[in-house]
Amino acid sequence: MKKELVCIVCPMGCRIRVDGIGDALTVTGQTCRRGEEYAIAECTAPTRTVTSTLHLEDGRSVAVKTAAPIPKEKIFELMAIIRAATAKAPVRIGQVLIPGIFGTDIVATAAVD
Amino acid sequence: MTEKHDIVIVGGGPAGLAAAVAAYDAGVTDVVIIDREEAPGGVLRQCIHNGFGLHKLGRELTGPEYAAVYAAEAVKRGIRILRETMVTAVSPDREVTACSREGILKIEAGAVILAMGCRERSRGALNIGGTRPAGIFSAGTAQRLINCEGYMVGKKAVILGSGDIGLIMARRLTLEGAKVEAVCELMSYSGGLTRNIVQCLEDFDIPLYLSTTVKEIHGRDRLTGVTVVAVDESRRPVPGTERYIECDTLLLSCGLIPENELSLAAGIPLDTITGGALVDERRETEIPGIFACGNVLQVHDLVDYVSDEAELAGRSAAAFVRGEISQEKTVTVSAEKGIRYCLPQRVHTDAGKTELYMRVAAPAERVKIVARDGERVLLEANRRRVAPGEMEKITLTPEMISGAEEIRVSLEAWK
Repeated sequence: MKKELVCIVCPMGCRIRVDGIGDALTVTGQTCRRGEEYAIAECTAPTRTVTSTLHLEDGRSVAVKTAAPIPKEKIFELMAIIRAATAKAPVRIGQVLIPGIFGTDIVATAAVD
Repeated sequence: MTEKHDIVIVGGGPAGLAAAVAAYDAGVTDVVIIDREEAPGGVLRQCIHNGFGLHKLGRELTGPEYAAVYAAEAVKRGIRILRETMVTAVSPDREVTACSREGILKIEAGAVILAMGCRERSRGALNIGGTRPAGIFSAGTAQRLINCEGYMVGKKAVILGSGDIGLIMARRLTLEGAKVEAVCELMSYSGGLTRNIVQCLEDFDIPLYLSTTVKEIHGRDRLTGVTVVAVDESRRPVPGTERYIECDTLLLSCGLIPENELSLAAGIPLDTITGGALVDERRETEIPGIFACGNVLQVHDLVDYVSDEAELAGRSAAAFVRGEISQEKTVTVSAEKGIRYCLPQRVHTDAGKTELYMRVAAPAERVKIVARDGERVLLEANRRRVAPGEMEKITLTPEMISGAEEIRVSLEAWK
């Protein structure tokens, strides 16, 4: 396999090249370890951190994210779950609002009084 | 009512907060931030996507989380933040006028730091033809409506401009169930970060049409569609390439303009390219004691660099308040061939290690950024690839600066 990628781990946008077959992948072009991990994951099981907003019972909303990246193909399934859910204010940053979903949690990224 | 404070900061976004914390830590504790919003954080409060803080904090945060880190640092130090208070004037002798529900406030400031951020280019400034229906938003307005106010802006969208906000909003609209028909970009390359093209467009199969613009807007009450057209190298529409795209929403992501009305009224000279103040290496404008940092000075692509620049301005303002002012002359820093602008625009000859920030004029591969004093080469920095959307920086040492007469920066082929 030979694949050229642009790393999305951080805004540097390193051009990474992945060569090899199966588990024997070699990664070149990255400038950090996270880039290497990203490139291998992208070629085997791509994941994304998803951010969105979640409704509060009082009509306001709060910004949320997946605490860890989830499989890329689950993004729209996750969005449907977030859209159907509600939480109750007050909410603090880092508070788990939906636990145990695709191996991670949905957590608040902003505080609401 | 007139108050006196050592440092007054105009704007409580990432620049204002970082400047305040840095000034405090440099020993000037009487610092006041004036912000017009109901909570500090500026535009980061609506930037709910992640990718902030990797350089500066070593972890990947969303916008609200990044803002909260700096707001907490300000609060911990007891720095006063005046909320819902709008600065209406800054005088050259550093009297700041602000208004809030309580009335008008005047502050005599030892130093002023301008951190007002920037605004989006509007439809009016773009001269797009056609009708004036509802459904046309600047990308940042749509972002605020969706992420902060809880309103969805439409079902079928076209986005004009492939800057980062446009790309982020293409993904956001898609996640919220809208169909993004196209992202059109006038230039032959995207102005956004490459990672955003990958994770916002390619992940969702959203087409990006380069060298394409919106020629006409259709619809009476609500937008019904747009006519897009290809443009040639001189950005003129190519007849016969028009195409109609049905949509109820048009987002405009066509550039950010530093919000310098206060600076202009204060008589602060601006750079015609950056749209921000002309500054020295400490981010002092040409009016003594008035500093500028963040997007009001130059539009950044990474908030991490905004924080760096703001900390520099904060430390410099603190030094000014303590009377530590350079008596040395300044030399000009000019952007030449291949470089659109370079900041700071002047440097004191006794400056310490100085970072020069710049944007290239066009994408290029295998190039070097060259800094010269007259004809003498001070520094060469190789780059595998450069793009206007990604800010570059080089670092000059005190030895390079001390003997210099003029510093010229250009982009050259890497041989």
